[in-house]
Amino acid sequence: MTARVFTDGSRAIVRGALDAGCTFFAGYPITPASPILMMMMRELPARGGVAVQGEDEIASIGMCIGATMAGARAMTATSGPGISLYSENIGLAVMGEVPLVIVDVQRLGPATGGATTVGQGDVQFVRWGTGGGFPIIALAPSTVPECYSLTMRAFDLAERFRVPVFVVTDKELNLTLRSVDAAALEPQPVRARATRTGLEGPPYRYEPPGDVPPLGRFGDEVVRFTGSTHDEEALITKAPATVGALNRHLAAKIDDHRDEIELCTGDRQGGARTLVISYGITAGAVRDAVRDLRSDGIAVSSLVVHSLWPVPETAIAGALDGVERVVVPELNLGQYRREIERLAGGCEVVGVNRVDGELISPALVREAVA
Amino acid sequence: MTSTIVPLGTYRNETPYPFCPGCGHGTILDHLNGALVDLCLDPAQVVIVTDIGCAGLSDQYFATSAFHGLHGRSLTYATGIKLARPELHVIVVMGDGGTGIGGAHFLTAARRNIGLTLLVFNNFNFGMTGGQHSTTTPTGSVTSTTPGGNPERPLDICATAAVNGAAYVYRGTSFDDDLSVRIAEAIVTPGFAVLDIWELCTAYFVPSNKFGKRSLEATQRDMGLATGVIERRSVADYAAAVREGAASVGSGELEQQVEPMFAPGVDRPVRIVVAGSAGGKVQSAVRLAGEAAIACGLHATQRNDYPVTVKTGHSVAELIIGPDPIDYTGIDRPDALVILSTDGLRKAAAYLPRMDPADRVFLAPQVPAVATAATVEVIDPATLGLRVARTDLALTLLVVALERLAAIPAAALEEAARAGPSHTVTNLNAIEQGRRLAGV
Ligand code: SF4
Repeated sequence: MTARVFTDGSRAIVRGALDAGCTFFAGYPITPASPILMMMMRELPARGGVAVQGEDEIASIGMCIGATMAGARAMTATSGPGISLYSENIGLAVMGEVPLVIVDVQRLGPATGGATTVGQGDVQFVRWGTGGGFPIIALAPSTVPECYSLTMRAFDLAERFRVPVFVVTDKELNLTLRSVDAAALEPQPVRARATRTGLEGPPYRYEPPGDVPPLGRFGDEVVRFTGSTHDEEALITKAPATVGALNRHLAAKIDDHRDEIELCTGDRQGGARTLVISYGITAGAVRDAVRDLRSDGIAVSSLVVHSLWPVPETAIAGALDGVERVVVPELNLGQYRREIERLAGGCEVVGVNRVDGELISPALVREAVA
Repeated sequence: MTSTIVPLGTYRNETPYPFCPGCGHGTILDHLNGALVDLCLDPAQVVIVTDIGCAGLSDQYFATSAFHGLHGRSLTYATGIKLARPELHVIVVMGDGGTGIGGAHFLTAARRNIGLTLLVFNNFNFGMTGGQHSTTTPTGSVTSTTPGGNPERPLDICATAAVNGAAYVYRGTSFDDDLSVRIAEAIVTPGFAVLDIWELCTAYFVPSNKFGKRSLEATQRDMGLATGVIERRSVADYAAAVREGAASVGSGELEQQVEPMFAPGVDRPVRIVVAGSAGGKVQSAVRLAGEAAIACGLHATQRNDYPVTVKTGHSVAELIIGPDPIDYTGIDRPDALVILSTDGLRKAAAYLPRMDPADRVFLAPQVPAVATAATVEVIDPATLGLRVARTDLALTLLVVALERLAAIPAAALEEAARAGPSHTVTNLNAIEQGRRLAGV
């Protein structure tokens, strides 16, 4: 028997950030993300980093972006109402190609909604949460150990593509204590920042479109940064050829490298005609239900999506093979079901949905499958 | 680092300014250039952070590092840069509009005394977007959004910065001969330095208000505003203070490893709900039980529920223990329900009709009788002449419940209490009371 810790998603995310080499954190108090802020305020400085409580959410993510351009590896954490305030700066991080990890601990919405109740209502919001339109990376842990590993992975992908990366969790995953085998917190490789030496040419590069140049650091050399449409020297331009190349580059960074990002866990049962696709906290109830259904002799397959965005289309297409019915349980009114429906071909797609602050139980999943 | 720099004749690049004829922006930027030349700074160590509008274009005409972000947020980016690398010289160029949309950031920068230099290019209106009024538009002035005259009172940038602690505060105009000296002073001042520089927007504010060079000083006089260097304070720089303050706080323990050392008491999941009142240490009691379960080689989950106002109303904790990992942490029907107070009863009442005779309900004596098919037991410490403090009741009754269910031995709870970071004596006492009430 192994040693275990009694821990939760908040702690696992903090540990993941620290182990990934996070050096800067800024956040604003909001339930249910505040424990991350409080732990980072204590733990990060003890490791030589800087943690600060911003005057609001806008300042918090703004400070993270500034600090990153001065060489920091930054994370911020909030909940849906805070993501609303992050919106403009998410766009800035995309446009300026700033690596950054944004944790969204979802609560029941809209507006102040239910501060201490669970929800998964931000799934499409994180995808489309800023003006202009662009691809985004969003990872969704479904267990406490995944909160740890996917936070580390988020830091890695942020560096790889010079983009903001979301870690999308919820109140339940972050605040419910669970026993976890100490050995289950598996560190992920996190690449070091590719920092400019000054010999690489301009700070931005649009050709080939998916290419990601190293990041300059204020203080080491003269570095230019802008959130306006810009040429490769970061000078503002409206020249259509340049602006088009810039925007296609921002999309291609992610679209051309989906195989490096997409992530899910399949649990296929031969002969199963029903597939359950889930993510986040809801995947726990699905694992429980699948076990019971199978022990009752009912064949069922399961796919847990870990990269909400980009949608793991290849894996979903593979999992749909031979399936007649797809069940998508989620704590919203079918936000991710839309993505499944567009991929499902002739399959029937049914949702199991709750927006009352209660969890979807294994019994509800079993009913929908059987 | 600056000592090795070869003096530069200019920090400007070759690009000409794009501003309208007579606009004050170019003049102020020339003074900024003069200040940088005087200070002989490494251009890579100077970051010009620009806000939005015509003044927001400014960074493009300098050979220094530059950050051009979103409207009103320039102080936030600058703060992040300065916190990450306190040795950099970070200069923020903002229009008067930025003091409105970024008002909270402006106040906070002053209160924090973060080591930034803020140049407000104050021409009383939004130039780039068509001459709309701003936070600094004088009362009565005509702009494209105040055609009948501005009814609002203008923001006193300098008084606001000074009263909130800024280290250096200056008000002048773009026509001041000594402006580059003032900017240089501001750059080397530790803490937050603000220069409110009044100037002309020749495209909008000047023609709409028959405004000119002399009007700048006349308006300052008419409004009774101080000019020149208004405030100089010796302060600790925030970036340094943050690092020093944090160094005195040690790292805590994120989580504590629990080694299995007791025999598992259950071979299937057992679900227990403890429902009491805020301040009754419900959650810490259940947490001890969770750690005790882990010490028995079991898995455990704990889900807490409480109102947003933490110190009032109910406090409910749901505990699941079992031999296998627990994928679903919700409890639809508990095996045992411990009710400590009427607050707890209100919240736990929904479970009662779902329970059957094999399930157990444990009530504190002050809880009214409940209607349920479950087996109900009132645990009254007074029967043994015991007096259990309100804050110990959760742990005491939980010990009784766990003993009755033969789920977790009291010895495992004692071990968890001893391993815990605090309240060891109190917790051991509460467990001992539970042992006596359970007769073990
Ligand atoms: S619009 Fe006004 S502020 Fe802008 S460049 Fe012209 S004069 Fe200057």
